[in-house]
Amino acid sequence: MQQIACHECDLVHTVPKMAVGTSARCVRCGSVLFSIKAQSIDRTLAWTIAGLVLYGVAVSFPFLTMKSGAIMQQTALLSGMQQLFLQGEIVLATLVLLTCVLIPLLQMLILLYVFLPLKLNIRAIYAIPTFRLFQHFRPWSMIEIYMLGILVAIVKLAKIATIVPGLAVGAFGLLVIVLTCAISSIDTHLIWQRLGSD
Amino acid sequence: MKNEKIFASAKQLGLVSCHDCHLLSRWPKPAHRQIALCPRCGGPLHQRKVHSIARTWALLLAAIILYIPANVLPMTVTTTLGSAQADTIMSGVSYFIHSGSWEIALVIFTASIFVPLMKFIILIYLLLSVQFKSVKRPKDRTVLYRITEAVGRWSMVDVYVVTILVALVKLGVLANIEAGPAAIYFASVVVITMIAAESFDPRLIWDVMEVDA
Repeated sequence: MQQIACHECDLVHTVPKMAVGTSARCVRCGSVLFSIKAQSIDRTLAWTIAGLVLYGVAVSFPFLTMKSGAIMQQTALLSGMQQLFLQGEIVLATLVLLTCVLIPLLQMLILLYVFLPLKLNIRAIYAIPTFRLFQHFRPWSMIEIYMLGILVAIVKLAKIATIVPGLAVGAFGLLVIVLTCAISSIDTHLIWQRLGSD
Repeated sequence: MKNEKIFASAKQLGLVSCHDCHLLSRWPKPAHRQIALCPRCGGPLHQRKVHSIARTWALLLAAIILYIPANVLPMTVTTTLGSAQADTIMSGVSYFIHSGSWEIALVIFTASIFVPLMKFIILIYLLLSVQFKSVKRPKDRTVLYRITEAVGRWSMVDVYVVTILVALVKLGVLANIEAGPAAIYFASVVVITMIAAESFDPRLIWDVMEVDA
């Protein structure tokens, strides 16, 4: 008989037999104990690979371009962070770089590193600490918030100039969706069981 | 569910749930200066987050102090043909209201002013309710905690707007936007409140119920 404690109120439950696509909730506080997801490993891998392709496009192609009369200012995803760095805002530049560029990339690389061996039934070294690291990264990946920031900035500048979103903005927007799908396809309960049984 | 035994916490049963992989294992009662590790994932085990209340208070107070310069100092400094204009978070909100984009004003107001203030109030309430061993509405307090934890990161949006503006408006003497001193204070508030929410252990809300039962 397998047991699990609710991580929000610590109530101990017996793990019930559950159908794919259902979630178990704590009987006392109502938080989700875990969910059983269909083809979790395959789907997470598919979304992750799509995400990596979009990430490549998002960092390398033109991001936003401002046109005002004869003046044109083209930027890339990293321009803002570079500019903050040049203005001496080193901590701020690092924070934005981590939350919107490096951590999302690391998340996808970790997913690939942990899930691909699981798919092929081989054992990746340090898969367990790597996946723990992934779980700690989760709140610090903020690309969806950056996307909202882009919209606000476009509206703010709309009065004084024309803002042309480049290919990278589209890729970045899709990346937000794809990364969310990748993360929500992860069956944490299953992954820990698989990782722990080796 | 009719079984009485089901209403026992892991702590009462002498068990511990891993923060990282949620494996339930026997609490080995580590001696002083020893730590227990999860047998499955190797993560550090604690029955409750270590010094949860003191840590959350410390981080929360730090964030409240930093929130003052974050609002008083300018977020951005715009230079247009030699004349400089400093904008605070609030003047940014009123700019959007006056320029007719009330939706954007609402987004900025919610993310930069409403959410941090609500987070301060909710965390203070949760901390006090745990310290005074309140037994009122534990489920609602758990939901409040869950919301606070989930919503806090969205406050970063203003910092990202500054990042994007700084890159776009870089036209030398014609127009130039620089990050103001408030940006780093504001980013610190968001990061520190996120860590504060993470340091709070919602299981403390429920511990009182079990002692009474």
